[in-house]
Order: sequence, then C-alpha cells, then structure tokens
Amino acid sequence: MSTTEVSAVSSLSAKNPKAIVNDFCIQVATANGSGSQTANNVMMRGIFQMGIPVSGKNMFPSNIQGLPTWFTIRASKHGYISRKREVDFLVAMNPETAREDVMKLEPGAAVVYDEPLKLSELRSDLHFYPVPFDKLVGPVCPEAKLRKLVKNMIYDGIVAWVLSIEMEEIHKALFRQFGPKKKKAADLNWGACQAGYEYAAKTFTKTDPYRVERMNATAGKIIIEGNQAAALGCVFAGVTFISWYPITPSSSLVEYTIGYLKRFRHDNVSGKATYAVVQAEDELAAVGMVLGAGWAGARSMTSSSGPGISLMSEFVGLGYYTELPGVIFDVQRVGPSTGLPTRTAQSDILSTALLSHGDTKHPLLFPASPEECFQLAMEAFELAEFFQTPVFVMLDLDLGMNSWMADPFAYPTKDIHRGKVLGKEDLERLGGFARYKDVDGDGVGYRTLPGTDHPQAAYFTRGSGHNEKAQYSEREDDYVNNMDRLKRKFETIRTKLPAPVVELKEKANVGIIAFGSSHYAVEECRDQLLAEHGVETSYLRLRAYPFSDEVRKFIDAHDHVYVIEQNRDAQMLGLMRLDFDPPEIAKLRSIRYYGGLPLDARTLSEEFIRQEGM
Amino acid sequence: MSTTVTPPPPKKVNRIGLEVLNYKGSKTTLCAGCGHNAVSERIVESFYDLGIQPWNVAKFSGIGCSSKSPAYFLGLSHGFNSVHGRMPAVATGALLANRSILGIGVSGDGDTASIGLGQFMHLLRRNLPYIYIIENNGVYGLTKGQFSATADVGSKAKTGSANELPPFDCCMLALQWGATFVARTFSGDKKQLTALLKAAVAHKGLAVIDVISPCTTFNDHEGSTKSYSYVKDHEEAIHELDFVPYYEDISVEIEEGTVQDVRMHDGSHLRIKKLERDYNPCDKMAALKAIEEANNSGVVLTGLFYVNPEKPTFVDMLNMVDAPLATLPQSVTRPGQDTLDQVMEELR
Repeated sequence: MSTTEVSAVSSLSAKNPKAIVNDFCIQVATANGSGSQTANNVMMRGIFQMGIPVSGKNMFPSNIQGLPTWFTIRASKHGYISRKREVDFLVAMNPETAREDVMKLEPGAAVVYDEPLKLSELRSDLHFYPVPFDKLVGPVCPEAKLRKLVKNMIYDGIVAWVLSIEMEEIHKALFRQFGPKKKKAADLNWGACQAGYEYAAKTFTKTDPYRVERMNATAGKIIIEGNQAAALGCVFAGVTFISWYPITPSSSLVEYTIGYLKRFRHDNVSGKATYAVVQAEDELAAVGMVLGAGWAGARSMTSSSGPGISLMSEFVGLGYYTELPGVIFDVQRVGPSTGLPTRTAQSDILSTALLSHGDTKHPLLFPASPEECFQLAMEAFELAEFFQTPVFVMLDLDLGMNSWMADPFAYPTKDIHRGKVLGKEDLERLGGFARYKDVDGDGVGYRTLPGTDHPQAAYFTRGSGHNEKAQYSEREDDYVNNMDRLKRKFETIRTKLPAPVVELKEKANVGIIAFGSSHYAVEECRDQLLAEHGVETSYLRLRAYPFSDEVRKFIDAHDHVYVIEQNRDAQMLGLMRLDFDPPEIAKLRSIRYYGGLPLDARTLSEEFIRQEGM
Repeated sequence: MSTTVTPPPPKKVNRIGLEVLNYKGSKTTLCAGCGHNAVSERIVESFYDLGIQPWNVAKFSGIGCSSKSPAYFLGLSHGFNSVHGRMPAVATGALLANRSILGIGVSGDGDTASIGLGQFMHLLRRNLPYIYIIENNGVYGLTKGQFSATADVGSKAKTGSANELPPFDCCMLALQWGATFVARTFSGDKKQLTALLKAAVAHKGLAVIDVISPCTTFNDHEGSTKSYSYVKDHEEAIHELDFVPYYEDISVEIEEGTVQDVRMHDGSHLRIKKLERDYNPCDKMAALKAIEEANNSGVVLTGLFYVNPEKPTFVDMLNMVDAPLATLPQSVTRPGQDTLDQVMEELR
C-alpha cells in the first residue's frame, strides 16, 4: 500500500481546496450511439440558464454506433467559448477510453465514473466519484431496453450535485429538450436525473474545487450551431432552390434549412412551397442544378464538404466562365481524401479559392460566429447575384456542428437585390443587349432570364469561348478581352466584400491575422499573451477573399504578422503570397494547427511564444 | 394622281403570327449530311407548326457534336451549352426555377450513355417535364471516331476494328428507370420524327427520343450498324403516328381496331395506326419485350415505345407554387421579423 496515495487523497479531502467558480471544462466520454447527446445538452443548457457563458463541443467518430465520443462543456465566467485543452471534470462512461482519459487529466481534476471501471486505482491525485449506474437505473427505468439511454441522465443528476448546478434549471432544460409532445420520456429522464442527484447527495463528500455560481452573462443570448445559423441566413436571404448531397459535416446545414423552409415558406392559402429542394445523385449534379437554377433566376445554393467540393470543380469553372450565380457552403473537415470526416479543419482554402481548371478564382466568405454565419449567408446570395458568379461560404465542422453562445440575430435591414437583370421593359427601351459587355465599367454585364417575354431576351450560355454578345468565338482578342473583364470583375468584388474586423493596439509591434472558427481561440490567446507575458498584439480577422486593401495596410503597420490557420500548409498565407508584394510577404509568419480538434488558445499562445523566442 | 403599289404577298406565319425564320438558329457548323442537322430542322418545323413562343423555350445540351446543335435551332430561345454529360442537372435546376418554361435538351450517345449515364438515369427517375433528345450515332465525332457505349457488338469503326462490348440501349434504360414517353426514330424519317417531337411537346413528363442520327464522317461506312444505309435497310416502324394538336378539331372518326387514340395531358391526341404487329404503347412490359426481340434480330425498331400521359412529374411532387420560383418577390421569399423573433426565442 502506497503511503503517497493515502496522503494525496487525504490532503485533498482534509483541506477545502480553493473553489474554482464558473471556469472549467467538463468532458463526458461515452460510446457513439449511446444516446448521451440529450443528457449533454441538458447539462450545458442548465449551466447556461444560470447565466454562465458556455460552449459545447462534440468530438465524435465517423461511425453510427460503438466508437468513442467525447462531449466537452466549457463554462467560462470570462466568456471564452473556444475549446479548453485541459479537462477539469471528467464523466467517464466509456470502458474503452476510461483509463486513457483518466491518465491524461491534470492533477486535481475530478472524475465521475461508472463504478465497475475501478478508475480510482489509477491515480491518487484526482477527485473520484464512483457511481453504480446499473444499480441506480433499474428502479427508475423498468423497461430494460431504455436503460442504456436513461443511464446518461443519471450522470446529469450526479454532476449537478457535485458542481452545484441548480436542479430547477436542469428540469427546465430537460423538458425544453423533449418538448411538450414527449412528456412521458421527459418524466422518465427527470426521474433518472433526480435519482442521480439524490445518490450523490447522500453518498459523496465534495472534495474537488469546481462549481458553478449564478451569473448574469447569458441574458438574451441564444445557443445555436453554425450550420443552423447559416440555414436561417439562407431562409431570410430568400433562397428558392437547393440541391445537395449528404456529407458530414455539412448535411445539417441543409437539413436545418429544409426544416425552417417547411415551417416558414409555404403559401398561407394554397399551402404550396415557395422553394424547391432536390437531394441530388452526387455533388456534381447538386452544383449543376444550382447553376441551372441560378441561370434561370432562382436564388440557389448547395452545401458540401471537401470531397464534394472537389467533385464540383468542373461545374464551378463553368459557373465562373459563363457567369452564373450560386452560393456554395463548404463546411470543412479534415482531408486529404476521406481524411477524418468528423474532425475539423480549415484546409480547403487554397483549393476552393482557385477551384477548377484554367484561370479561375472565386470569392470566399469566412464567418467566425453564428451571427456571421447568418449575416454572411445572406450576403453571399447578394454577392452571387450582383457579381453573377459562384460564391463560397467557408465554415468548418467546429463552427458548423458545435453549439455556440451568440447574440440573437438582427433582422436584415437591406432589401433583397437580384443584380443586373434586364426585364421586358428594359429590352423595349434598349432594343437588345450584349450579355458580356462591360457597360458600367465594373466588369459585370447585364443578363436576362429565360422566360422573359421579349423576342430580344435570349442569349446563348456556353462554357466554350465567347464574345461580348455571347456568341461562340475562338478569336484571340475575344478571349483575352473576356478574361480581362473577368479579372476586372474580380477586382470590383475585392472592394465589395465584407471588410475585415481590425483591432489595432497602439503598443503592438506584432499582428495576428486569423479567420473563421479560429476567432474565439485567438481572442483568448491574445488575453493570455497580455496577462502572462505582457505582449500586446493587434488583430485582423479576415472575412473574405479576395483580400481588401485593409489587409495590406495591417501588415505594413506591424513588424511582423502571424497568420493563424487550421491546416498543415499555411494555405491562407499561400493566398496572401499570391496577392501581396515582397515587403508584405516578408513580414508574414505562420501558426498552424491541424490535429482535427477544435482550436484552443493555449496551443496558439505556446507556439506564439516559441516563435517569438520568449 | 395615284400610283397603285401592289402589296407584297403576305408572309406565311403560324398561329401566333411568327414566320418559320423566327424558329431558326445560326448556321450549322456540323458536317454536311450529319443526321443532327436533320433533327434541328425537324425541331424548327415542329415548333413553328405548333406555334410555340420561342422565348418561352430553354434549350440545353452537354458536350459533343450533338450538343452543339441547340445553337442551330430556335435562335430566339435561351440556350445553355453546359459540361459533358451533365446537362440533366442544369436543366433540372432551370426548369424547377421556372416551371413555365418549355425545356428541350439535346445530347449524344457519349454524353448520355457514357459520361452522363448517372445523370441520365436520375433524370429518368424524376420524370422532369422535359424533352430529352439523344442524337445517337454510336461514335465520338469531335475526338475523331472512338466507339461510344451505344455501338453494337461487331459494328466496325472506320479503322476496321470491331466493337466488343455490348451496347446500352437508351430506350430500354429510359423504360426501366421511369421515363413516361420513350421513342426511337431515325433522323432520316421526317414524318415519324416530326410526329414524335410534337407529341413530346404535348407530353406532361419526361419525353426521351433516341434518334439514330448517322455520323457521315466517322461512322457511315460498310460494317457500321449506325450508317445511313444500315439503318434504312433495317428500320422497322412499330406503328404509324399522327399528331393532332389540342387546338385542332378532331373530326375524323377512328376506325375501331386499326387506330389507337392516346389523349395527351394538354388535350392533344396521338393517332397510332397499327402496322403489321399489334402493339400497345401504354404497356411497358410489351415495349421492353419488343425492343429486346428487335435488338436480338438485328432490327432497328422505331416508333413510340411507351407513353404514360398522366403520371405525376417532379414538378407535381415538389408541390411548388404556380408562379416561377425565379421571380417570387421578397414579400414571399423573406419571412417577417416576427418569424425571426420566434426562432430566436426557441434558441434562448
């Protein structure tokens, strides 16, 4: 018998450790398909409803049932909602991973676990709360086949007791989750939750330092997934045509959209749909339909992820060259190839910006938050129709599929504009038009829609060489003129995209450039650098490609600039190399993470300090 | 003083007041004698005869010789020459975006039966309201004479090599996977092709017309089963077709037993006169059997193999509003502030 073990445990329980309030990370380790999602959401919402900022991240396998899954809930009184690398409070339900999960914990962490796993034998510097889940679930759940699911709700009760989460809030969150139609299921789960709470209250002595205390930092806030926010953006942008092919992590974006369309976009009288959704045979067909619909005048979109975007390549080139609107969401996952389908990355940047053969390039938007998923989704449709070109909205699995705390979305103030479309009256007045003529000097021609009631309305759309009048042409001058106009259009696009968000610090010599889901980790990293090292940094958050002039100015204003991104090859930095001049390029440094987990601040600040030689 | 000016003879116009010129396209760049040109001419005639508003038509194609042809008919219609084998997707998107447009697509055997086989089959299964013409010559013309997937076993290329792999029969595929109007014809058979095109316009769902359309440059030689002479010698019409548009009075009495009348969805009629065989084009199984037997005996069977005038289309299934999605106003497509507030409340 080891004496150190005894002394470690007794010292923890003897002294009442200094409480750590509203600043920790809970990790629930289960097996995929065990039905833990409900319990995890209820726990997260319970904390949120107590006014404490939270975020929820699901780290799940590419599998239907059986492989390990981890759900982390971070509570942060500072409002940090990126992933916290260190786990403070583990709920170990999965025998497959329990030992490894426990061994990875920092000293002082707490562990609620399934008693038969005997995890307390592994370490003496942790706080263990063993729970006989199988014994507890029997009495509250007579139906044996439901026990696996209901067991999860018991740990909600246990954790509520250990962390002082108010049971009224758990109750509220639980009944909200199940909704009024599933009251029986809610009652059953609530019973399990209470059983857990009562068991903990009569069995345990609290020894760990973690607990929640009511705050007032979540009033009015919502919890939403990025894909869901983007879906709302599509609905309020007035999308009328969707074609898609299912792929993780993008599917839920379209599924949420369909759900909202069914609720809000049917004619009140006839009940008929003001939209069409087609589940296509593959991504090639999906984007082909989107471009066909855009050509005919619908507001059209598709959503996919890396492998699907690769398949769309040929059609996207057609869209660029024939100048057709369409919005394409890329909810990025880890590649190359099938890669890690359920892990997050920002690794389609370079390939998407230049997607397709020949001289092609496309505008990309980079939302960083649910609010921006909503806004930039709407903006993407406006840009696609004004500039008559495919526009990509680059999300990633972390942003798209995880739960984020956000401000409620503001109703759009701008009206929908359908771009330069000539109608019957315009054609009467003009007597005709040339489809690809740069009338306004912005590189954007005027188009007509099929079905326009005028003999002069028609033009011929073709992916082969064409002149201003959309006629077939292989002439050198026609080709060059057209390509130069397309370049001019791209330069106009550069000036009309969502501007970067810039935070300049007077004392900062060093700048940080980041985008998308890296944002919250970067914010926290900058606080860490300031608090722990006294380093002040400026920050520019990209919201679009091609880069606006503000990016150049930002680089010029600093000694050097770190470009933070979630891929191996510094893809965004690569795009900057193509756009900027040697003086700017010389200032660029790279911080990359590409392990597939949501980005955390500590990883960034450690790398920053290492590269700064501090 | 007065001079009498003789007015020019009135121009010949159709029922909507347009001349045949208004249905023509630009000059063809295909080879002289190409079967595809004959198909374009029949489209011009049929659409003129029917008095279709050209600017309410959209033309689609993929890539290949056949896919060039939409430029050579209906010059007042919007056209879209897309990518190889993937015209069905573009047409699907466009025709759902505006359900009031009449869509006509031209594809080839490479475009349909090889690179585009997947899209073709999914188009069939959706029964999109659309006319899908395959200009089928069994050969890749633009790349100079390689076999396509519709070339018959034993058919010889210009180089003398014989095709070894069995062909896809596009009509069999169309029948099996859901097209509601399936026909085969020959680019040289003016009467039959015209009747089929008109009936296809009247058809509610997807109309597939496989037109054997010989390639004079790469596949019109001795030993080819897609040459003019081979098709002329081996063609057997399964029946004789007469199309009566909805706006014309049906005055002729049908003689029981020799003529079958099929009423199309728009009120037009197809008068189907029996020839040697007793054939009912509303019987899918009979169609499959007849094609299979003809293929096995070296007969190029032509005619309307199958028609189902009333099967619900993809547009019916999607339950869309009557107005084109493309032109719905913001008041219809953007839900109100109260809706957003409601959703936000649900997420709190």
